[in-house]
Amino acid sequence: MTNASVQSMFAWLVWRDLILAWRRRADVLATLFFFVIVASLFPLGIGPEREVLRTIAPGVVWVAALLASMLSLGRTFGNDYQDGTLEQLLLTPQPAYLVVLAKVIAHWIVAELPLVLVAPVLGLQFGLSQNSLAIIVVSLLLGTPVLSVIGSIGAALTLGLRAANVLVALLVLPLYIPVLIFGSGAVQASVAGTSPQAWLLLLGATLIVSLVFAPWATGVALKISVE
Amino acid sequence: MSKQRINWYKYAAPANFYPLAGKLIPLFAIPAAVLFIWGMYVGFFVAPPTDAQQHEYYRIIYIHVPAAWMGMFLYVLMALYAGVGWAFNARLGSMMATAIAPTGAIFTFISLVTGSLWGRPAWGVWWVWDARLTSTLILMFLYIGFISLQSSIDDVRRADRAGAVLAVVGVINVPIIYFSVQWWNSLHQGATITARSFKMAPSMRSAMFIMVGACWLYSIAVCLVRVRHIIREREQEAPWLTESPA
Repeated sequence: MTNASVQSMFAWLVWRDLILAWRRRADVLATLFFFVIVASLFPLGIGPEREVLRTIAPGVVWVAALLASMLSLGRTFGNDYQDGTLEQLLLTPQPAYLVVLAKVIAHWIVAELPLVLVAPVLGLQFGLSQNSLAIIVVSLLLGTPVLSVIGSIGAALTLGLRAANVLVALLVLPLYIPVLIFGSGAVQASVAGTSPQAWLLLLGATLIVSLVFAPWATGVALKISVE
Repeated sequence: MSKQRINWYKYAAPANFYPLAGKLIPLFAIPAAVLFIWGMYVGFFVAPPTDAQQHEYYRIIYIHVPAAWMGMFLYVLMALYAGVGWAFNARLGSMMATAIAPTGAIFTFISLVTGSLWGRPAWGVWWVWDARLTSTLILMFLYIGFISLQSSIDDVRRADRAGAVLAVVGVINVPIIYFSVQWWNSLHQGATITARSFKMAPSMRSAMFIMVGACWLYSIAVCLVRVRHIIREREQEAPWLTESPA
């Protein structure tokens, strides 16, 4: 196994998933609209007072992002599992860690990056200042990869099970809690006029730690599920 | 150096563990019952009555604190057993993990319920988003995730291993969740209501430790009963079980 073959396989995997997602654009858009709709429901349920909306905005945007990213988790491995591609990928000499990492990166680009790009628009609806909008984008950029990579553990564990979608929610949402706290904490700090730096650093630390360990756990879980 | 070594692995085989567990159950169940009654007696009648702040209802502490501790210990123990069962391919370890999960979830639930029953008269509210309460709630979510994952997988081997991965990931996450909830809490409310650190009279302390002991023994007894059922269920085809009604 040469270094080049690992790299080419990695790039090929990401590229392949991106192409597959592009051919099913509707799925991607559905997740995005779900995110927008969930966030828009809150003002309707709570009332249009600007001050209230501004205080709840960080939490609402982050919770909506959590739910939206959870919706798309089933697609990370689901199709490949059904047509047998996943088994072949795990049989290749390349480590399962890299297979998982490639698929997680593709999932992030397809399912999470659009959320990050749309989030400032939602922030405007909630009357956030420009500074806070920037913090929303930064915190989502740091936090959503963690959602993808931790969520991949749940997706791998529930492959091919009945009621897998509900089960994924039960498994993954409790593990998402630190990301939610750090992410919305950063935005809240900037809304309150204090420095969000500490929260962003914590988010970054979570990102690094989860990128190191979670793909490994996902790889193990995939082997268990495919066996 | 003795020539005859005790074979510790003997009881890792369900066939050998099954009768042993049957013999051990009364050894744990009876002391558990005795300690419960003794602990209740000390808690209700010997421990000093009220001070000005804590009225009679403080006595709920004798079930609340042991239940909360058990909920946390049992999660770690469950992950340990699941990890051992997975790493060494020891079926009994995985069975023990499956047997521990409901007990742990029930203790966590008891600690939440008694906590809110205590909170109502003491703080005036059923629930506060205090760091400890919140992280206990999340702990219960983790238990529920483990139980529902295992029960939705039909293949036993896969259920064991998937549960092990989830339990180990959960154990790594518990401290992260705990600290994040604490920081979140300090961000939202400055001085929140916390459990008062009141000095404990010796009889109160002994009542509590008796109850902790009772809860431990109860958990062991119940898990042994449950693991025997799991063994019976999974090994129903095995000759040792069909031949001798142990």
